[in-house]
Amino acid sequence: MFYIHCPYCDEYRDEEEFHPKGQAHIARPEDPESCTDDQWGAYLFFRDNPRGIHHELWVHAIGCRKFFNITRNSASYEILETYRMGEQPRFSAEHPEGKSVETVAAEKVAAEAGMVAGQEGVKA
Amino acid sequence: MQRYSGFGLAKHALSHHENWQRQWRNPTPKKKYDVIVVGGGGHGLATAYYLAKNHGITNVAVLEKGWLGGGNTARNTTIVRSNYLWDEAARLYDHSLDLWKGLSQDLNYNVMFSQRGVMNLGHTLQDMRDIQRRVHANRLNGVDSEVITPDQIKEIVPVIDTSKRARYPILGASWQKSAGVARHDAVAWGYARAADALGVDILQNTEVTGFKIRDGQVYGVHTNRGDIESKTIGCVTAGNSGVVAKMAGLTLPLESHPLQALVSEPLKPVLDTVVMSNHVHGYISQSDKGDLVIGAGINGYLGYGQRGSYTTVEHTLQAIVEMFPIFSRVRMNRQWGGIVDTCADACPILSKTKVKGLFFNCGWGTGGFKATPGSGHVFAASLAKGEMHPIAAPFSIDRFNTGALIDEHGAAGVAH
Repeated sequence: MFYIHCPYCDEYRDEEEFHPKGQAHIARPEDPESCTDDQWGAYLFFRDNPRGIHHELWVHAIGCRKFFNITRNSASYEILETYRMGEQPRFSAEHPEGKSVETVAAEKVAAEAGMVAGQEGVKA
Repeated sequence: MQRYSGFGLAKHALSHHENWQRQWRNPTPKKKYDVIVVGGGGHGLATAYYLAKNHGITNVAVLEKGWLGGGNTARNTTIVRSNYLWDEAARLYDHSLDLWKGLSQDLNYNVMFSQRGVMNLGHTLQDMRDIQRRVHANRLNGVDSEVITPDQIKEIVPVIDTSKRARYPILGASWQKSAGVARHDAVAWGYARAADALGVDILQNTEVTGFKIRDGQVYGVHTNRGDIESKTIGCVTAGNSGVVAKMAGLTLPLESHPLQALVSEPLKPVLDTVVMSNHVHGYISQSDKGDLVIGAGINGYLGYGQRGSYTTVEHTLQAIVEMFPIFSRVRMNRQWGGIVDTCADACPILSKTKVKGLFFNCGWGTGGFKATPGSGHVFAASLAKGEMHPIAAPFSIDRFNTGALIDEHGAAGVAH
């Protein structure tokens, strides 16, 4: 039985209020029409299914009805963090101890800068 | 192998049952085998048995990280049926049901297969339409199946509430008379004993930690008891298939979820068939020992913990009490969870992989026990020939890329 912190309501609520929706951070292919069968099959059906740290999508179904992410250990069931859509996790299989808040923030800035620099017509 | 018989029982009684032969050996691993089966559950042991018996391949090892049949084989609700909607699935499960009928004799081991019938209840008009469609499809495939009315249900199961006052009144059911239950542990032990007698090495406490792959061809495994070589390896690892596949650099279209079951205190005989309800979601039978065996739904989240949540159990018992008000004061004795590997189309994967010589038999999800003999039979044929058996061929992993899914979700009778 989970006691889950909804990052939007900013409250701990019972598992009954939530629904799990599978693996998080699955990006829909930019141009589905040009996908091969292998790429499209991988997007639809193939999953990490790890025994250990897993990022998953949940919805606060009978609460605020918003989607958010949970980082959870699929063997011990320990919830390491919950975070909003669009945010990046602190904990991962590579960083089981968790990255610091500053590192995550710095990475976000760097990623956004990279996206801007990658746009056409922008000089670095 | 000492054969079991009534005479043998009487003979051993004279020596106070102290001289029974061990059911299987505890061998040390050889360096090399013709075939390695990873996973010593019912399906893995059945695979090894049919490899030895039907294909003469006896230089086989079954590698099990724990003890035999300690996973889902020991954790299911022992229901055996074959009333699936689609031709491919009906063929697979009915092939299995045929093998169940002669299994005790074949293995010389009493698997207590009892064809006491299974009914899948309908509570809405749409349920009844789906049931009729499935029953018609079953009959076209030669699977015994019929639609029965609430009066007929009441005649078969007098303790069920078929009145109109229920929140979800029972409108009818599909009824497969040849379906039933079996003793799950005996299935694993019977296959292990028969396979061992044919020369198969059953290696318990032997965990696979990696695969040896060269130029896209598998040639062995790393284990906690040293490396073992083989150019044909079948992985039958149920809930852990994703973890095992990862060791070979593969991803599978699977998610592992906890599925729970529970048993009550033993009661006098009250229910001599299996009742399943998709709509209110619960299924129940009574074991020979007298406990009510009740199956719950899966938890929606990924989990390897072999336990589920209390709310799922509560929902299931609400459904059971709704159908059987007489059970409302029965006390539950034990509750447990197993890890089921579910596919998007609720059908198994029996398939080759991108790695030559490496086969997977997984994805049975919530309904693997009933398929144990059939799964082992066709998987053994596939490993022996290097090509998938015709009954197994539609269950290739490629279907998730080609789109040729076999969508048994609504048809499986229970909506996991």
